[in-house]
Amino acid sequence: MIKDLINPTHFNILVSKLGDTLVKALDKPLGFAINWGRIWSLWPVHLETACCSVEFGAASGPRYDVERFGIIEAFGSLRQCDLIVVQGTVTRKMAPRLRMVYDQMPDPKYVIAMGACAITGGLYVDSYNVLPGVDGIIPVDVYVPGCPPRPETLIQGTMLLQEKIKVSKIR
Amino acid sequence: MSSEANHSNNSNNNFVIISNEFNKNNPEITTTLAPPNSRHDHPLVSTFSSSSRLASPPLTKTVGSPGSPSTPLRRKEPEPPAFEKGIASEISANFGQMVQIIFIKPLRIKLAVEPPNIVKVATFLRDNLGYDHAESVAGTDYPKDDQIEVIYHLGSYSREDLAGQVLSIATRTNRDDARLPTLINVYKSVEYHERETFEMLGVYFEGHPRNERFLLPEDWADIPPLRKEFRIKGR
Amino acid sequence: MADLEDRINESQKMGMQIIKESEDDRLMTLSVGPQHPGSGHFRFVVKLDGDYIVHCDPDPGYVHRGEEKMTEYRNFIQNIPHLERPVIHDSTNITYSYSLAVEELTGIEVPRRGQFIRAIASELNRQVYTLYWLAIYGIFLGHSTMFMWPTGDRELFIDLLEALTGARVTHAFNIPGGVRNDVPNGFKDRCLRQISYYEKRLKEYEDIFYNNPLVRQRTEGVGILTKEDAIRLGVTGSVLRASGVPYDIRKAEPYDVYNEIDFKVQYMKTADSFARAYVPFLDMRESCHILRQLLDKMPEAGEVRAKLQANPRGPPGEAYRRVESGRGALGYYIISDGTPKPYRVKISVGSFRNMLALPHLLVGAKMGDMPVIYWALNYWPVEADR
Repeated sequence: MIKDLINPTHFNILVSKLGDTLVKALDKPLGFAINWGRIWSLWPVHLETACCSVEFGAASGPRYDVERFGIIEAFGSLRQCDLIVVQGTVTRKMAPRLRMVYDQMPDPKYVIAMGACAITGGLYVDSYNVLPGVDGIIPVDVYVPGCPPRPETLIQGTMLLQEKIKVSKIR
Repeated sequence: MSSEANHSNNSNNNFVIISNEFNKNNPEITTTLAPPNSRHDHPLVSTFSSSSRLASPPLTKTVGSPGSPSTPLRRKEPEPPAFEKGIASEISANFGQMVQIIFIKPLRIKLAVEPPNIVKVATFLRDNLGYDHAESVAGTDYPKDDQIEVIYHLGSYSREDLAGQVLSIATRTNRDDARLPTLINVYKSVEYHERETFEMLGVYFEGHPRNERFLLPEDWADIPPLRKEFRIKGR
Repeated sequence: MADLEDRINESQKMGMQIIKESEDDRLMTLSVGPQHPGSGHFRFVVKLDGDYIVHCDPDPGYVHRGEEKMTEYRNFIQNIPHLERPVIHDSTNITYSYSLAVEELTGIEVPRRGQFIRAIASELNRQVYTLYWLAIYGIFLGHSTMFMWPTGDRELFIDLLEALTGARVTHAFNIPGGVRNDVPNGFKDRCLRQISYYEKRLKEYEDIFYNNPLVRQRTEGVGILTKEDAIRLGVTGSVLRASGVPYDIRKAEPYDVYNEIDFKVQYMKTADSFARAYVPFLDMRESCHILRQLLDKMPEAGEVRAKLQANPRGPPGEAYRRVESGRGALGYYIISDGTPKPYRVKISVGSFRNMLALPHLLVGAKMGDMPVIYWALNYWPVEADR
């Protein structure tokens, strides 16, 4: 029987079942703490899609400081990030790269669609090279409208995302 | 294009500047780039506020002239300024019939050249007249003439007196098999502009090292976007 | 013995052969791609030999939205909002050039007060753009204070522009015929106060960034673009002025009221990355002088825009006008065929022209110098792709 247990496939199944039970058990007592940790350390990826990136840069400035929310853009790899802010228009050339970046990020990950162009195509909806909205390729959590949205609007969007994470089960 | 045919017929005049008086002598000539079906005057208004170091006379405006097609604003055409006229006469003295001068405005001169001669003209402009770089290359699709026009804007950084001048050279080629010689050996600065014109309009530049897709996505499978038959969504 | 010698020779030959084969794949291809902290929305592929770049191939187009095609479907006034998006934080300059070209085509004359307000908005926008560029340059070099200070200072200029136009960055302020609205009350005093505060700040920037020994070591002597090369490659703007060519459209071909303003063209002769980083700083200082003169000479009252008919149109023709923006000469070539919509609009942007200097300068440089060279070329990817 022990040999049976040490068999790799069975061992993997056992570990994952243990993991699921552990998560379910921890959800009630520790879910709040884990979510609290995730809320206050959302790290965005260095992917600027189009012109809204200027307002995102301004939001990191000293006046509208997003660093107090834990959103720091000072790291190297996207394997350590959990937030993609799609800043602006997504063109057909950029779309596969956006999907690749999204796939490479580890779970849990969140997406903010910033700007009118990321929501529906915006001002450029009839152009030949623009996707009408980004929610066709990646699942979006929060939509932040504006062209470009003011930094305060972006911060409000982040706070909405925080509310959403607070009430979600940990995975 | 009808205007080019008329230029070659009109061997006496290398300076073809549109004006009301001129039109009376030879009403066939239209030297604008508009579709040749309509005959319009060339607008020569500039909002430069008296800045010219050239002694150009003030521009006058007259509204409505008898016998002209109705356009909202019409201008009486001033004399072409002396400095630009000097440059233009030097060019036409050297090339004669190969180069047609389309207009001479304050700080803007435009020439029309046939594709086989364009490299020679550009080399002359670079070596003798001091136009040392090309600012941009624009291609325009004229489906009514069945031609594509490619226009090079040349400027000068080294000569003081040519500081604000922009000389444009225009060539025309057929729409179906659009090929033009490249100016990359004369002006290196046209490299990316010609590549973009290739992908946006389908004009093949012979001699250019990379006639490839530049700005469009890798899987672009449609006709070149700046052609007039390419309609954008819903329009 | 001969057998052994033969075998030694053979193995030596094979050894040499093995080394020779691997030299061909000694080069590593690296894609500095759209997802990169040091590249913005732009990709270029470099081939590296150890630490040195031997080949560079830019691959733009990630933000190509088809501006030129879209202009053919909208009339002259409707084109303004989407034409100002390529450089969203320098939007007054990119629509300034368009308005000048359309005015030449349609024959609209701009009233004098409108010309002054246009020039004031253009200079303020130049400051906003250059400060953002400087902030990103600081963070590329790892100087995070230089990211925070300019981002904070440009908020003050954005406040001024917001009071003037109503929006933070995309103003839609310039239209063919003038500007949309007049300045608010007290604007002139606010501007003058901001300029005097700002000139003191510029001195602090110089102390903390340009006189910083590390920044100097990283940027001096790196990426030298000689004067002949600069002219031959047709670069423009601060890149050209850093290579010793004192060319500025505001002096060469003065538009609107710039012929009445007295200012000097700032240029440097050293032609390295430090010069390309320093010339915009000098331009900002000069821009403060220009702003003071503009505010001084502005007429007290008057119209700010010309009355336009419903769908402005002009006789068929073409116009090519240029304006000095933050990145260089921004030219518009507009062909009109008598209808209210343009037949063809070609935008000649400084970033696209400066892109040609990128492969030229990167070949032979070290990979660590890449951000220094790349961002000093004053390249804004969204504008180059249009």
